[in-house]
Amino acid sequence: MRFMVLVKANEDSEKGTLPDEKMLRDMGNFNEELVKAGVMLAGEGLHPTKEGARVRFSGGKKTVIDGPFAETKELIAGFWLWQVKSKAEAIEWLKRAPFDDTEVEIRQVYETEEFAASDPTGEIREQEIRLREQAADNAKR
Amino acid sequence: MALSATDTHRAIDAVWRIESARLIAGLARMVRDVGLAEDFAQEALVAALERWPESGVPDKPGAWLMATAKRRAIDHFRREKVLARKQEEIGHEIEAWREAAVDELDAAIDDSVGDDLLRLVFTACHPILSTEARVALTLRLIGGLTTEEIASAYLVPEAIVAQRIVRAKRTLADANVPFEVPRGDELASRLSSVLEVIYLVFNEGYSATAGGDWVRPALCEEALRLGRILAELAPEEAEVHGLVALMEIQASRLRARVGPSGEPVLLLDQDRVRWDHLLIRRGFTALERARRLGGAPGPYALQAAIAACHARARTGPETDWWRIASLYDGLARLTPSPVVELNRAVAVSMSQGPAAGLELVDALTAEPSLRSYYLLPAVRGDLLAKLDRNGEAREEFERAASLTRNERERELLLGRAAAATTGA
Repeated sequence: MRFMVLVKANEDSEKGTLPDEKMLRDMGNFNEELVKAGVMLAGEGLHPTKEGARVRFSGGKKTVIDGPFAETKELIAGFWLWQVKSKAEAIEWLKRAPFDDTEVEIRQVYETEEFAASDPTGEIREQEIRLREQAADNAKR
Repeated sequence: MALSATDTHRAIDAVWRIESARLIAGLARMVRDVGLAEDFAQEALVAALERWPESGVPDKPGAWLMATAKRRAIDHFRREKVLARKQEEIGHEIEAWREAAVDELDAAIDDSVGDDLLRLVFTACHPILSTEARVALTLRLIGGLTTEEIASAYLVPEAIVAQRIVRAKRTLADANVPFEVPRGDELASRLSSVLEVIYLVFNEGYSATAGGDWVRPALCEEALRLGRILAELAPEEAEVHGLVALMEIQASRLRARVGPSGEPVLLLDQDRVRWDHLLIRRGFTALERARRLGGAPGPYALQAAIAACHARARTGPETDWWRIASLYDGLARLTPSPVVELNRAVAVSMSQGPAAGLELVDALTAEPSLRSYYLLPAVRGDLLAKLDRNGEAREEFERAASLTRNERERELLLGRAAAATTGA
């Protein structure tokens, strides 16, 4: 199963301050360990929210809100995608990460098969496939 | 923080999965016996199961397990030493070696873990063992799977897997197989044994040879994990990256390979939007790593390049079948086999038409090794159907259906036989 590991923002990450050398080295080592164990599928750090934006959907209206955003602790500063056998394994790995003074969240990724139970006729899945096709078409443009 | 007993057991399982290979590898280097090393590691696991529910999971669980296993090893050697003195049967040389082994315990742990792991991989895949034993031992020692998990993945009774593992460990000990990474000329052949074991596990998951499921993704995931680990342990070996590339790209199709009611969906009928593009990208990266290491591509890199041709095509008709046919030419030169020829025939039929393909397939029908290979009549049936020779096509599909051991595949083939009947 796959887990998305969501690293929360803090004041420094929101300021765009890069981690110090020790943190970079520790994180590099941790990433290396994840890769060597065949666990890490992907992982990226994110620019502060002042570089980002939100689009609010409400009553058919779309409003664009530019960053930065206030609620720092709820914001995401980076993520990993891990392939593990259980949630416990993801937790064990996360406990080895070189963080301090922060909270990191893990969330299981839905696999397509898991939708089968609530979609006995396969209609929703068909729709999802059509949407993905559109997305792929859009990406080509 | 207090964890419930269940949570602690789950945590111990997770720690075991993360740490066991390194633990066993480190111990095996010291005691020079993989079976004994695994016994000590298991004893440490049992100790953890006894203590951690009370004490909680230690901060450095790997170090705790290693320290405990080391103590068990030392106790074992002391007992042996006393025994040896009493019986005065064991010579001074062995005595001295055992003393050294005990002294070495502390020093050895901190040394390069990667080398030990690589030694463990080569030992578990040693050619002295049967293929089945290699698979079981690799999943157990490097994958950290329990006997029960291996048995359920392979749909065999647990006792059989347990016996395979016990025998394998005994065979390694009896033959005094050294705990080392082979060098020189031996390396290439030993590495191909390792790659073969990993790819066998993958393939068993990718198209299950028996049972009611067409795919068993857990085995694919396990093989991919082993491959990814190996790619970091032996980054200079192009074929390791070739194998990883092949598995990543094939695994990218897993969810598109199964229809709504569990039936197989063949490559050209798959909805390519459902392919896993993250895995495809990882596959391309691994293929690029193999290419950059230079040299002529090996059999896995060639197969990965073929898989990459499919991955690059947005739709079936966009597939570059000419390139695929030429890659199969290369593969046939490197590893000549009737199965490769059969695949080449398919590629030729797609690039030059079904008649050209059928000619190549017909040349294979006399091949004894393909006599009970279901894909030969399946492919032949397909080409005959394309040439509107429906009566012959039906016979071939029925024959293919009678040869496969996979139930889902049999249904698919019987469906095609029925379709050929209607078409006739």
